[in-house]
Amino acid sequence: MSDIIRRDPRAEWIARNRLHPLHASMQKAETSWMGPNGIVRKNPHVIAAGFVGPAGLKRIDRSGAQQGTVGKRSNASVEVQLPLHIIEQPAFHICVVPDMVGGRLSSHDKDLLGLARKLAGDSGAVVAVIFGEDKEGAFDTAGVDRLLRVQGDAFDGYAPEARVLALSAVESQLAPRHWLLPDSRTGGGELGRRLAAKLGERPATRVWQVAGEQAIGRAGSGQQDIQRALPRLILAAAECAEPVSDTRHEVRLLELAEKVAHSLPRVEDLGPVAVDPAQIPMAEAEFILSGGNGVKDWKMFHQAAIALGATEGASRVAVDDGFMPRNRQVGATGTWVTARVYLAVGISGAIQHLQGIGACDKVVAVNMDPGCDMIKRADLSVIGDSAAILAALMERVATWRQEGKRDAA
Amino acid sequence: MTDLNIVALVSVGAHPTSARPRRAEQDARAVELGLRLAGQNLQLLHAGDPQAEALRGYLGMGLEQLDVLEQPEGADALPLLVDYLQGSRTQLVLTGSQAETGEGSGMLPFLLAERLGWPMVVGLAEVEKVENGVAQVLQALPRGQRRRLKVRLPCVASVDNAAPVARQSAFGPARRGQIEAHEVTVVDDTLLAEASLQPAKPRPKRLKVIKAKTGAERMKAATAKASGGGGQILKDVSPQEGAEAIFKLLIEEGVLR
Ligand SMILES: Cc1cc2nc3c(=O)[nH]c(=O)nc-3n(C[C@H](O)[C@H](O)[C@H](O)COP(=O)(O)OP(=O)(O)OC[C@H]3O[C@@H](n4cnc5c(N)ncnc54)[C@H](O)[C@@H]3O)c2cc1C
Repeated sequence: MSDIIRRDPRAEWIARNRLHPLHASMQKAETSWMGPNGIVRKNPHVIAAGFVGPAGLKRIDRSGAQQGTVGKRSNASVEVQLPLHIIEQPAFHICVVPDMVGGRLSSHDKDLLGLARKLAGDSGAVVAVIFGEDKEGAFDTAGVDRLLRVQGDAFDGYAPEARVLALSAVESQLAPRHWLLPDSRTGGGELGRRLAAKLGERPATRVWQVAGEQAIGRAGSGQQDIQRALPRLILAAAECAEPVSDTRHEVRLLELAEKVAHSLPRVEDLGPVAVDPAQIPMAEAEFILSGGNGVKDWKMFHQAAIALGATEGASRVAVDDGFMPRNRQVGATGTWVTARVYLAVGISGAIQHLQGIGACDKVVAVNMDPGCDMIKRADLSVIGDSAAILAALMERVATWRQEGKRDAA
Repeated sequence: MTDLNIVALVSVGAHPTSARPRRAEQDARAVELGLRLAGQNLQLLHAGDPQAEALRGYLGMGLEQLDVLEQPEGADALPLLVDYLQGSRTQLVLTGSQAETGEGSGMLPFLLAERLGWPMVVGLAEVEKVENGVAQVLQALPRGQRRRLKVRLPCVASVDNAAPVARQSAFGPARRGQIEAHEVTVVDDTLLAEASLQPAKPRPKRLKVIKAKTGAERMKAATAKASGGGGQILKDVSPQEGAEAIFKLLIEEGVLR
């Protein structure tokens, strides 16, 4: 419930009504009384303690007329528990393979789970199949009835062939009514098509609406829609359905019955290649170090960006003052960025700037002013001088790199 | 340049605004990549109508010949391509990742690889070297990242917009180039019999649903400025402690490498 303080007319009325059974308990501490020698005595402490008025402000009423509404009437704020949706014996399964970018369900994944929920109805169970470790803590509210974790070294990193084998094992174990994968560039689009080729299913791709038994998806270069009967395998676009929002689900763990067939990978992952972060278009960059008016030492800022391997961004003030080129401006009149981590140094968080970082996952703020808007938006804020913190951060990263080299050697 | 046998599969594209036939953007990038790898040895292959003018756009990139497996519109290109490639000594098949006309599901390279039993690489950006029948390639990832892969040849590779931009198509060579039609047996595609293509509808904009029980909450949701709260705030800490906290978050998110 809200924290707004309200008058309680009923309590005030009881306090006035001497015949009410609760009258005594509604009396506040006595402020004045007749002393033994006929002198009126007052307790100034009680008066000065005052009471909290309807606007949340402390009031002192020396007339003694105020009655009732002692202290703040607070309803203990209860965490709203969403109703639990239980499926004991699912009639069928709907398998979802979320992308889990960075180990968490992305908004695309959640839309997909919403669609799966819709297809599962009351009798089906939504199974999420995930590979490796995850950092997601909210599978239950995302609509996952069953969770199947496929673990093993073979599935780590880029291993589409091994993953498809694992998914075919799931196919033979559960025979799901539908397979749902995100049609994204972060893995789902590829994995889904590989799975379709393996299972010999013709998928519906770029699906943006499922209505009844029909799926509508984009075709060609997006100028046309294709409408068809709902196939078993669906590769759905973002916002294909509303995410689950008003139920909780069991997240019961499932196991693969058999070990996944092992095959020699024909495509071997040799790891990521270092790319120059300055070359990555800002709108696409994954990690942005952005500087504003609070950055005083721009040379060090650039060094920090290199040390962290981050793409540089800036607020409008930093650009207007000539410290950064115009194409680095983030915000309403600059670039709308989609970084997973946005490190804002000395940026106050004007609304024009915050608009530009609306799609960022994690925002870290470094600022002197603990009350500024950027800190309200940030997931982690460090209050302090930008130069000192950047220097310390560079040092920390340097030692980490050193350790890494020593470990590798 | 290597002496690989490379085939680039090309299709007829559609201009995004006028919808006029043209060379498909991604297929042209595949041809560009092939030209850089194999030069004149690159073979162009199309399944469809040999009369299509747009095909000449690929010849204009500096190739003399384009092979066409002749089939009418609405036929399934996959069996023809599988038959053709199985018999050839092709080591690398380059395709775009999605056609600009028709269904455009992007399934073709995957199905081709599955039927041929070859490995498949998605988003090929660069071939670094080829040794002993193993190619070392760079794969384009979202957000401008690259990944190095080792893949056994022969293989199928699709390119997307991260591959090198296609060179311009010159008019003269485009006219002079030969389009060689091959007779093949035609297999019909069943999809279009049961599905319908229609002009794309604009997608409904997602509304922000506010689930508030009280008026005060609704007011708050409507006027809220920053989606505040929940963030951790470190105050009165030394720069080192602050940096440590930021560092931990960066490691957790996996953006430091
Ligand atoms: C039409 C219009 C469009 C605009 N479009 C954009 C846009 O696209 N992008 C954009 O960014 N802005 C835009 N603006 C400008 C925007 O309103 C703000 O003026 C601007 O974002 C503020 O930039 P800033 O946060 O860097 O500077 P300031 O608001 O001056 O903030 C500086 C911050 O740094 C902190 N600080 C100071 N010294 C230190 C230190 N030593 N260590 C740590 N912190 C320190 C301060 O506490 C303060 O919070 C636009 C404005 C208008 C009117």
